[in-house]
Amino acid sequence: MKAVAMPTVSRVAVCGGTHGNELAGIYLVREMLKKRADGTEPVSVVTVMSNPRAAQLCVRYVETDLNRCFTRAALSAPVSETSPYEMVRSQELNALLGPKASMQAVDLLCDLHNTTANTGLCLITYSDRDWICLHICKHLQAQMASTPVRYVHFDIPLNEAYSLDSVGKHGFAMEIGPQPHGVVRSVIFSAMQEGVQLMMDWICQFNSGTLFEGGWVDVYTMVKNIDYPRDSETHVITAAVHPDLQDRDFCLLHPGDPMFLCFSGETLRYRGKEALYPFFINEGAYYEKGVALSLARKRRVQIPSVL
Amino acid sequence: MSSRTNVSCLHEARRVAIFGGTHGNEMSGITLVNMWKQNSAEIERNGLLIKPFISNPKAVEKCIRYIDTDLNRAFTPENLSAPDVEGRLYEVQRAKEINRMFGPKGSSDAYDVIFDLHNTTSNMGSTLILESSTDLFNLQMVHYIKKAMAPHTCLVLLNEHPQLKYSTTRSVAKHPIGLEVGPQPQGVLRSNVFESMRTILKHALDFIEFFNSGVEFPPCTIDVFRVQERMDYPRDTNGNITAMVHPHLQDCDWEPLNRGDPMFLTFDGRTILYEGANTVYPTFINEAAYYEKQQAFTTTCREILAANAIRKAFK
Repeated sequence: MKAVAMPTVSRVAVCGGTHGNELAGIYLVREMLKKRADGTEPVSVVTVMSNPRAAQLCVRYVETDLNRCFTRAALSAPVSETSPYEMVRSQELNALLGPKASMQAVDLLCDLHNTTANTGLCLITYSDRDWICLHICKHLQAQMASTPVRYVHFDIPLNEAYSLDSVGKHGFAMEIGPQPHGVVRSVIFSAMQEGVQLMMDWICQFNSGTLFEGGWVDVYTMVKNIDYPRDSETHVITAAVHPDLQDRDFCLLHPGDPMFLCFSGETLRYRGKEALYPFFINEGAYYEKGVALSLARKRRVQIPSVL
Repeated sequence: MSSRTNVSCLHEARRVAIFGGTHGNEMSGITLVNMWKQNSAEIERNGLLIKPFISNPKAVEKCIRYIDTDLNRAFTPENLSAPDVEGRLYEVQRAKEINRMFGPKGSSDAYDVIFDLHNTTSNMGSTLILESSTDLFNLQMVHYIKKAMAPHTCLVLLNEHPQLKYSTTRSVAKHPIGLEVGPQPQGVLRSNVFESMRTILKHALDFIEFFNSGVEFPPCTIDVFRVQERMDYPRDTNGNITAMVHPHLQDCDWEPLNRGDPMFLTFDGRTILYEGANTVYPTFINEAAYYEKQQAFTTTCREILAANAIRKAFK
């Protein structure tokens, strides 16, 4: 593949507290905000507490999930005093860091998240050919010795992309688990701090003209979600994620493998025809969204050298 | 030689309640109680009235710990005797209702046993929580449960501390028992945690049934961890935490913590050491709900309690 020349990544946003109970990002943003910029930084970084009200209350959201409020429709909807807090806030963030899909948007938006699932560190994005994001992933994979780093891709067009990271010209959610909501685990905080630092290091080197060699990155593309089995009348869940699947994010799930253990004792198995990679297994915030786990296809993507 | 003179004769335990959802985001108990309300076959025992009950339904509906105030701290004498007034905190009102239904606390009309089902984000495994070192019925019950659960470990936490003991939902009953199983994030149902709690209750109900049928339980000893002290996070002048539980302490519930051992790691990478004079056994390490209660972990000391033989008193 030919080397690709790309514009400098001169404006970066690091956002935490998009969900107010995902504490590693909240504490990291607080620490970053304490350090005053002295104008000598090679890259301009804006650090944002995305949902301060939710962070203050230590809840995921106050009225509606902020990280679903960044579709084109949501960003252009008229807002008033009676609009949900997060709908107003998403438009504020879009004005500050975007506007989405415009030339004024920040070059890179890194949105910090935690999950109760055993995902390790994931960069979650809407593109499987964003060379900046893929190179950052490759860099983190090479440098982070004790944390698995993976690239997760949601194949959704920009207009319908609903999360904060879609506001930047390049963007990803940096998702790290497992961590319970409302808890900060030092190992998780340190991994997030290291991930953000390595991202900034890469950007600085890239901006100063370093050529980054191309290569291959495994990309996990989301295929479908699977809900819990539920009682047909009450809609209450009737099983838990099977112990053989619990905590086994990114371990290949084959047709016939156990998926759920019903309260009645029955095992429910994966009935798909294709072996897929499960992730976000048993994320606490997804019960209300009807998601027990997500399934992805993995493929190797070739990335060019960039400079 | 059995000492026939040293058998304590206790009243039959006829009325038993199983409380789930005292905290609305602790999913094992909520799921078990809802399951048993729909189909109680698994918890039925001869001669026992067993009532599965959701203590804080409004909090359960929203999947949050509490609406206005922590229900599991609300059963104080002041709250329980307060008059019914409009605008009262939801959980205070609820505490009074629960006291009417399952108490009154301290009276002979109160339920015999209440099991209160909880989860924790701490790595405590299966823990049974006692509020008294002299409740023979409870001591014998936890001894029975520990033996029945083996090789799965079931530890016993005793909170009899005059200042740190709190007025729990279960304290309405003559024999209150807390079941605390973790680690499990709030709002999440983990299969292994769910099944552990389910099995503990099965053994507990078996014990009560055996006791009521006249079985004599011989004298025994029980290893317990007695609550000593609450340790808060280091905080700044605004009350924000400035450090996290150190990686060497994280998940090490029940393991000895000695003077000089790492305790906290500040956000800028400095280690803070434990400086207590004696070895302690920390628990409730990094429980999500305790950040607001100024509790990074609780220290305990190990103790062995002795219990007399018990059997049901003849009428």
